[in-house]
Amino acid sequence: MNKLKLIIRREYLAKVRNKSFVIMTFLSPILMVGMIVLIAFLTKVNDSEKRIITVLNESDYFSNSFNPTESISYIDFRDLTLEQAKDSTVSMGNYGLLYIPMEKSLEATANSTFLYTKESPVSTILERLETIFQNRLRQGRLQELGVSAKDFADIDEEFEINTSTFDGQQNIKGINEIKAVIGGGFGYLIMMFIIIYGGFVMRSVIEEKTSRIIEVIISSVKPFQLMLGKIIGTSLAGITQFAIWIFSASLLLFVAMLLLDIDLNTLSANPMMEQNTMVNMAALPEPADNDMQQYAEELFKIPWALLLGSFIIYFILGYLIYSSIYAAIGAAVDNETDTQQFIFPIILPLMLAIYVGFFSVFSNPHGPIAVGFSLFPLTSPIVMLMRLPGGIGESGVPLWQFLTSILFLIVTFLGIVWLAAKIYRVGILMYGKKPTYRELFKWLKY
Amino acid sequence: MNHILVAENVSKKFGEHAALSNISLEIPENCIYGLLGPNGAGKTTLIRIINQITYPDTGGVMFDGQPLAPEHIATIGYLPEERGLYKSMKVGEQALYLAQLKGLSKAEAKKRLKYWFERLEIGDWWNKKIQELSKGMAQKIQFIVTVLHEPKLLIFDEPFSGFDPINANKIKDEILELKKNGTSIIFSTHRMESVEELCEYIALLHQSEKILDGKLSDIKKAYKNNVFRVGLNVNKDGEQVLAQIKSQFDISTHQYYKDENQLDFSLKLPSPDTAIALNMLTKNGTINHFEEVIPSANDIFIQTVNSKTK
Repeated sequence: MNKLKLIIRREYLAKVRNKSFVIMTFLSPILMVGMIVLIAFLTKVNDSEKRIITVLNESDYFSNSFNPTESISYIDFRDLTLEQAKDSTVSMGNYGLLYIPMEKSLEATANSTFLYTKESPVSTILERLETIFQNRLRQGRLQELGVSAKDFADIDEEFEINTSTFDGQQNIKGINEIKAVIGGGFGYLIMMFIIIYGGFVMRSVIEEKTSRIIEVIISSVKPFQLMLGKIIGTSLAGITQFAIWIFSASLLLFVAMLLLDIDLNTLSANPMMEQNTMVNMAALPEPADNDMQQYAEELFKIPWALLLGSFIIYFILGYLIYSSIYAAIGAAVDNETDTQQFIFPIILPLMLAIYVGFFSVFSNPHGPIAVGFSLFPLTSPIVMLMRLPGGIGESGVPLWQFLTSILFLIVTFLGIVWLAAKIYRVGILMYGKKPTYRELFKWLKY
Repeated sequence: MNHILVAENVSKKFGEHAALSNISLEIPENCIYGLLGPNGAGKTTLIRIINQITYPDTGGVMFDGQPLAPEHIATIGYLPEERGLYKSMKVGEQALYLAQLKGLSKAEAKKRLKYWFERLEIGDWWNKKIQELSKGMAQKIQFIVTVLHEPKLLIFDEPFSGFDPINANKIKDEILELKKNGTSIIFSTHRMESVEELCEYIALLHQSEKILDGKLSDIKKAYKNNVFRVGLNVNKDGEQVLAQIKSQFDISTHQYYKDENQLDFSLKLPSPDTAIALNMLTKNGTINHFEEVIPSANDIFIQTVNSKTK
């Protein structure tokens, strides 16, 4: 036990004192905050840029249709020829000219309308203008059928269905996605940690092999002790790094916000930008202001203690499983370039967990795929955490699934560590050629 | 005689490949025991079994009268052939770490390190990193770390590699000193001259089997084959004498210096009895020297291994 402590201490200090580790630890928050500030700044700049469309409207079908939006404003031209209007648009530096000629009917007018721009128009503008025309055309046709302008406005009313759970709680839209994103954030953290610190464990094993100190060490301690000490020591260094990051990043962010006077709401449009680009792909529905209260309540109802507790359990078990595989890989090869072939199969389940998790848990947190992946031990640390914000029990993850997944994880952990330790024990003393999978399998029997 | 280590029928296989087959050895206390053999003979595997890095498939090892157990690790010191140190770790810290892994307290380790650093003239390297050291210096530190916890049994695998002749001598003296203080030493090397110099006992492994072991002097005696190196100052024509000797005995190499009437040759006798040969030789001149050829460890090694190679 005492030896294990010594090993952990050495591994921790070796990692923490490493120059690149120190630089990474203190530079990353600055880079990260810098990026967020930059994004916020750019978003602000981007938002303030309005595109101006000049409208030469010779018909009277579209007299009240063009209302300025956040990104487009309109200037009406009157009593100009098309050529004059084009020239003035260019000389004023406006984005484009919308020419609506006078025709006999609404359809004919719409069909002969042209948008002139310098280059092919951006899709947002085109879509916006097309929507205006579509609406106007629909209104025109309905009017021909005898629908008044007021009735038309009524027809267009949007409708949202009210939803509720059986025990009478009102559901709000998008909460499943938000919950999955919160769980996914934890899952993503686990994945990053595994990839980064698993890699550190692997490199540290390779270093011991290449510096040929390994045999000196294992004539004093058991290979398993060394492997375990290495994994624990490295992860403690990692936790230290994460703690420093979280602390200093939030501090820096706070200071930066104060200094630059950037409204946090500007950021809420990209709530996960600092974490994960993948989350961005799954765009969140923008909650309306009057629902904010409800969202806050829902978020409050997320079982944070459970989530945090299971995060720790899944983190430890998942990390131990993966980093012992990493250690075994490090032991099997002589240098880092040889690791590629072995690393891919490890990263695969992690990536799968993230992708499948985000697609299936988003649409249905308790569907068969989500359940399957949250039970499978190599993906469960990530996928189960995405499901857990719904809680355990009737409306959330059934208790048996939660317990089964932990049980599977523990059994896998014991199995994998046992296997990895065998490969490690043989591998650290093997030099020379890169082993094949078949040879690794043979090592298990030595 | 007490034995520090007794191996009984130790076998070890790696897959289909046999690394050790039924090896039995007895290593007496307080001696230097040479573990010899060509590359791949199984020496390293045997040493790793003694260090409990790997375990035998069958057979057992007794250490100091008890079955080999994890607690013995603290009383064994091992300098592997493939050795090294953490490159970016400070010398002192590293030595302390390795000593503590062998069960020394920090204070005790520090005290002993100071002593050894002075003894081997390592000086103020405590706070330097290994990568700043010369290879010889790093090897010295490695040696110190191996012996620091004052083990009962020391295992040296090619201890002199990486040393210049002066430092190699220094290390050799240290090894002899350790032996004098009661340590038992297993010594594995391919440098036969150091075997000759240091070892009292040897074992020769070949293709996973033990093909020879025992006291070096006994082995040498057993390997004598009644060959004598003779120098004769002849009192008549050398060619004639040579022909006469050849008619009675086997002569392998010979050299005749006519100007000095000197005849040098190797003589192989049918038995250890030298009386007839000497009698005959004295009649033909004056004997300058008559010396039995004792096979060197090197000869024994090559001869035995070649005769057993399948």
